[in-house]
Amino acid sequence: MNMELSRRQFLGTAGAGVAGTTLGALGFGGVEEAYASTIKPFRLVNTTEARNTCTYCSVACGIIIYSKGSLAKGEKADITHIEGDTDHPTNRGTLCPKGAALISYVKSEQRLKYPMIRRAGSDKFERVSWNEALDKIAKAMKADRDQNLVQKNKDGVTVNRWTTTGFLAASATTNETAMCTYKVVRSTGMVVFDNQARV
Amino acid sequence: MTNSWTDIKNADLVVIMGGNAAEAHPCGFKWVTEAKATRGAKLVVVDPRFTRSAAVADYYAPIRQGTDIAFLNGVMNYLIQNDKIQWDYVKAFTNASFVVKEGFTYQDGLFTGYDEQKRDYNRSTWDYEMGPDGYAVVDETLQNPRCVWNLLKQHVSVYTPELVERITGTPKDKFLKVASMMAECSAPNKTMTSMYALGWTQHSKGSQNIRCMAMIQLMLGNIGVRGGGMNALRGHSNIQGLTDLGLMSNLIPGYLTLPTEREADFNAYMSTRGFKPLRPNQMSYWQNYKKFFVSFQKTMWGPAATAENNFAYDWLPKLDVPAYDVLRAFELMDQGKMNIYFCQGFNPLQAFPNKAKLARALGKLKLLVVMDPLETETARFWENHGIYNEANPASIQTEVIQLPTTCFAEDEGSLVNSGRWLQWHWPGGSPPGEAKTDVFIMSQIHLRLKEMYRKDGGAVPEPIVNLTWNYKDPNEPTAEELAKEMNGSVLTDVLDPNDPTKKVLEAGKQLASFGLLRDDGSTAAGCWIYTGCFTEAGNMMARRDNSDPGDTGAYSKWSFSWPANRRIIYNRASCNLDGQPWDDTRKLIWWDGAKWTGFDVPDIAPTAKPRDVGPFIMNPEGVSRLFTRGMMRDGPFPVHYEPFESPVANLIAPKVRGNPVARVFKDDFAQFADTGSKEFPYAATSYRLTEHFHYWTKTNHVNSVLQPEFFVEISPELAKEKGIANAGWVRVWSKRGSVIAKAYVTKRIRPLMVDGKATHIVGIPIHWGFVGAAKKGFPANVLTPFVGDANIETPEYKAFLVNIEPTTGPVA
Repeated sequence: MNMELSRRQFLGTAGAGVAGTTLGALGFGGVEEAYASTIKPFRLVNTTEARNTCTYCSVACGIIIYSKGSLAKGEKADITHIEGDTDHPTNRGTLCPKGAALISYVKSEQRLKYPMIRRAGSDKFERVSWNEALDKIAKAMKADRDQNLVQKNKDGVTVNRWTTTGFLAASATTNETAMCTYKVVRSTGMVVFDNQARV
Repeated sequence: MTNSWTDIKNADLVVIMGGNAAEAHPCGFKWVTEAKATRGAKLVVVDPRFTRSAAVADYYAPIRQGTDIAFLNGVMNYLIQNDKIQWDYVKAFTNASFVVKEGFTYQDGLFTGYDEQKRDYNRSTWDYEMGPDGYAVVDETLQNPRCVWNLLKQHVSVYTPELVERITGTPKDKFLKVASMMAECSAPNKTMTSMYALGWTQHSKGSQNIRCMAMIQLMLGNIGVRGGGMNALRGHSNIQGLTDLGLMSNLIPGYLTLPTEREADFNAYMSTRGFKPLRPNQMSYWQNYKKFFVSFQKTMWGPAATAENNFAYDWLPKLDVPAYDVLRAFELMDQGKMNIYFCQGFNPLQAFPNKAKLARALGKLKLLVVMDPLETETARFWENHGIYNEANPASIQTEVIQLPTTCFAEDEGSLVNSGRWLQWHWPGGSPPGEAKTDVFIMSQIHLRLKEMYRKDGGAVPEPIVNLTWNYKDPNEPTAEELAKEMNGSVLTDVLDPNDPTKKVLEAGKQLASFGLLRDDGSTAAGCWIYTGCFTEAGNMMARRDNSDPGDTGAYSKWSFSWPANRRIIYNRASCNLDGQPWDDTRKLIWWDGAKWTGFDVPDIAPTAKPRDVGPFIMNPEGVSRLFTRGMMRDGPFPVHYEPFESPVANLIAPKVRGNPVARVFKDDFAQFADTGSKEFPYAATSYRLTEHFHYWTKTNHVNSVLQPEFFVEISPELAKEKGIANAGWVRVWSKRGSVIAKAYVTKRIRPLMVDGKATHIVGIPIHWGFVGAAKKGFPANVLTPFVGDANIETPEYKAFLVNIEPTTGPVA
């Protein structure tokens, strides 16, 4: 099935809840229309939809995220519901006990909201601004790299290898994030570099 | 995966061994159900536990964890002894007929060239006899006693059904039933698929576990065909993508490798990557290595990578060890040799073995940076949580910066599924609080470094200040910009040598395929195997046409599959020597007399004549390998080695402990329980539950309600022996740590008879920790040993020794 006719258009033009019967019964006069007008619109009509992929395992089930507010229009969007994508060839709308509870991840009380710092010897995290956190990280990296980059080995071969700073990359991020991460990390000469693929 | 989830519907036999798809990959497992319902396919499960996959299997056989090679070598022996081989396939498409060098031998569990001190081999004899014509010597009659087939036959002959039972604990009749079911798939019109996951990788010989099954699949003619293949189910949603893109110590995107310090210059680097064909006419596709490499360097450093500076070869770091893998990283950290560590969406305190060592190591860092959408134990390793995480914050000097990131629902881009499909997704919601994308964070770090190095100089500033960064908003490149960069584009016009008025390639255009890449610096591509994903025709990864011509399960217009939108790799092998499908009911591609055509993109040059060119185009041999030359550290054939912590000595090689070439750090060896230890008599294994995903879902309300609390699983027999009640508290301890858990007494775990002795198994789900919505608990990795696979260092989480006793509950 081609997705040119989007689900949204389909619901919008055919009249939600009874969309299937209306299309299937074209030509039967005004009976269905009258019936349809008595039914209140499907609640998801008031939301925007985004096609996404379940974040857990690499079966990579298709999902649809429903939100109040539209990111495309530059609005703030609040996710209200997530369900399986029936058009997806692999999962055909089904989800497992993890995927079915995806909104519980998005809305988790454990979501991080602000940059935090735990200072040496302290027993707590404290708020810090993005700029302060990023400046601190970059300065620490430069100091460590300038001091510890191995430029040549004992045989005089140029090796430009940095082993005192390491980076674990995330295999739930996108390819595009990974491409960006690769460029930034490798350009420093860092070799202590890995992701979940090895564990 | 060589194939895809939707292709599983084409199988006649599904073997789940080294995985548990029904619980860990539930929606993908539905394709097994589909094959059973519509084709009458059979499902076989081999596992230490009677899993949910086993519950719906047609046949289940138990096995002791860590003995898969003995089982699978036994299957190979069975296939050979009973002549259940797809001979046309094996003779033409594998290296069965290749003659191995004089001097190569195998004895007492070791191959030629072993050095006990170095725990390594001199692998020089592990290769083919070369003829005067410069090609490998072959004997198509398979009469030469030194041809691969005869050496393999001899190598596996020791693995009789009787020995298999003694080592693995799988009763002989059950082993024979499984072997005979697999053997039926040697018919050209029967296919078997292998579905495996971390149950095979997480061993000190994980690579060889997988290799065993790959060899069986070749002997049965099941690679490259619909319903066949070696199908790694994989873990995280983009673990395939991160691997493809080479975010590992020794990799460059697209499975190129970082130089070592023995490769002092670019010529030396290229000299070992020439990949000259080993047989006449073969494609040996890695001959194009330089094109991929130079195009990658141009992506990194653009105009600063020139022919004159060998395309910035010296700006890549050169390795002095095979890899700075995660175990080596934490070993170095523990030795005080690391200062800064970044954890991007990664919770190593939970995820790596031997938690006590990890916590000690993190406490020796100067700075730990955590980027994550969720709270992690790693970010709070310094916090005291009593028995769950004993710590004295005042004594820990590590500074920790925790940065909030967006999650899947708030970002845009592509993820690669197990079947190599790059699927694009769109954001649905706004991030919470001040959370930012990882791309923003990485860009900010880079821009700050670039500015400081430009202004103040420092150690080798060139690779940083010259890194290409041509994005509309340098502060946060868009997913589209980065995707286009991955795909690659033309940098300078390339003119037709026969007619210079014509352009072959035009500067500024996106490349349509990796076949267009060049080694002169006129093209760029971040990851050559992805070229074709974002072309002048647009974003191929965002395609959503779910039609499936021929009902093959390929879905070729849905997203983009690497390489070249090919859905089943090695698909030339789905046809016989003359290019006609082995099975007419499962056609994939075929030779129409002039070219290859069919439902999938042919994995061979479109006009390569059937008898001229072999199907395994990436190998210089043109065929697949039953004997893998010197390419794996632990041998060209798989050998049964016990786990480092084992209840019994190795029956085929009693003097060999563990994998003889696996790297073990000195202090870790001292923390292994002795073989057959009385102190630690039970064989433990760790695993996931269907309700949880690693250490993430314990932060979710719903999943924490579904599985709220840490438990371990034991058999009624062991419970009775130790006086443990169902749902009672137990203490489980290894030589590295101790945990307290509820006991779940279940018949799904049974003692196995190993060499005449009952061996008890303790099952340990992995999901709990000291932060989250679930009850506080222990991660399994308090107990696991700090040792990895000999080839790629995946830790041995799946087989170790513990003891268990009843106890009282933890003090609140």
